[in-house]
Amino acid sequence: MSTEALLQIRSLSVHYPAANGRAAGAVQALCGVDVDVAAGECLGLVGESGSGKTAILLSILGLLPPNARLGGSIRFRGSELAGMPLKRLNEIRGSRIAMIFQDPMSALNPYMRIIDQLSEVPRVHGGLSRRAAEQRALELLEAVHIGEPQRRARQYPHELSGGMRQRIMIAMALIAEPELILADEPTTALDVTVQAQILALLQEMRGRTGAALLLVTHDLGVVAQLADRIGVMRHGQVVEQADCLALYEHPQHEYTRSLLAAMPRLRLPA
Amino acid sequence: MCALTNPARTPWRLRVPQRLRGHPGILIAGSVLLLIALASLILPALSPYDYFTPQLDLISRPPMLRGGHLLGTDPLGRDLLIRVLWGCRISLLIALVASLISVMVGVLWGAIAGYAGGHTDALMMRTVDVLYSVPFVPFVIVLTMLFGRQLWLMFVAIGAVSWLDIARIVRGEALSLKRREFIDAARVAGVHGARMIGRHIVPNLLGVVIIYATLTVPTVILFEAFMSFLGLGVRVPLASLGSLIADGASDMQAHPHLLLVPATVLATIIYCFNFLGDGLRDLLDPRKQA
Repeated sequence: MSTEALLQIRSLSVHYPAANGRAAGAVQALCGVDVDVAAGECLGLVGESGSGKTAILLSILGLLPPNARLGGSIRFRGSELAGMPLKRLNEIRGSRIAMIFQDPMSALNPYMRIIDQLSEVPRVHGGLSRRAAEQRALELLEAVHIGEPQRRARQYPHELSGGMRQRIMIAMALIAEPELILADEPTTALDVTVQAQILALLQEMRGRTGAALLLVTHDLGVVAQLADRIGVMRHGQVVEQADCLALYEHPQHEYTRSLLAAMPRLRLPA
Repeated sequence: MCALTNPARTPWRLRVPQRLRGHPGILIAGSVLLLIALASLILPALSPYDYFTPQLDLISRPPMLRGGHLLGTDPLGRDLLIRVLWGCRISLLIALVASLISVMVGVLWGAIAGYAGGHTDALMMRTVDVLYSVPFVPFVIVLTMLFGRQLWLMFVAIGAVSWLDIARIVRGEALSLKRREFIDAARVAGVHGARMIGRHIVPNLLGVVIIYATLTVPTVILFEAFMSFLGLGVRVPLASLGSLIADGASDMQAHPHLLLVPATVLATIIYCFNFLGDGLRDLLDPRKQA
């Protein structure tokens, strides 16, 4: 391949050895995963729980628990992330790759005001002054459509609603203008009306910043709205990868078909 | 609309004085402690008596309203009120300084060990284990032999021992905190090292630390009393609450006021500290707003 993708994952495997060293208790979370994300593209990863969707995200950012064994290669803009020294990884995390977590309540520090959490990222990476960083944080709050940003900025996470917290998470991920955003089930913890708003916001932000998005979810409806391409995962492997429309209209793999069939449809009596 | 959004208008930090009204216990306990501290600082200078001059014609007088000695005198005829106030001064000073040392060292040590994990954690916590197994009394005796009986030595001795508990508790908390998602979120944002410990780990330990710190203050006061009892603490004729109680206990049957007065004061101080800690934890937690 002449032009390398933004993120190129090759034969990635993750396994957790059993505590006693025997083969019986070991868990193979990922097994030979190949995934590419091009710049500006949105790739959706779907699959049932335990299929290894989140494990991919965690291994990209070096968040796997210390007992996990990682094999294969994860290349981001040509540099190898697997086994990268922590010091260099810390320069990439937050500034060039950012992540949005599933549950914004537990992913925000309860003792920090919104503005402090938001401005932490540019302060760590850009070396911005406190003032400049807070200014930037306020801009981001406005960008993610938070009403009364001045007031909200001085509040604590528990004082906000769930949808607002997820907006804060998105603002936090976007503040350093990363090239790649990882989203781990960004709408699962929210109720349906808020889900739609958050998806619209993600779409809008992607259009504005041109960042690539790696979206992990078990909700086929969510990926259908956002993703350019979809990867279907099962038992730690990507069983099918295809363009969004192609996958919905002509699923190739048996598992994809059953996944699509499992989606409830609203049928009105004729 | 207005009624719902009102409580969040002012930032939480600025609302602390206002929220104090919801916790009358803190106000009461705090003002009692402040009163004792101020009295022990001011009153001895105003009183005609001092803590060291014996008055052999006034030995072991019981408390009385007339005659100048409100709380009576001790077996050497010294005014008990003044001696108790001096005792408060010494005990409070030791309590605050030693607790401060132990909280600062313990929290940092425990937070670093817990967050770093692995070999760093093992090394740091085994150090704590070793220090834990050093017997306290011989340690203090060796210190006094090396440096003589000095007040600052007590700060060091007590501080050196009492941070170990805090370090263990904080380490355990930090271990579980490390698994929380917002720590992962901070790591993903590129936060690391001192900033992670200072801004994400330690503030979330606040509740445990405050409770434990206020439990440490009484322990430290009792520690000091114990050392004074062994003759390792403050040097006579100066007295701490601990040494006053020790002296009073030996003469308890003939002159109960010599025990009762300093014991009551000590009990009041300890009770107030406990109460204060409980209230402060609630007050400083942004999630528990009245």
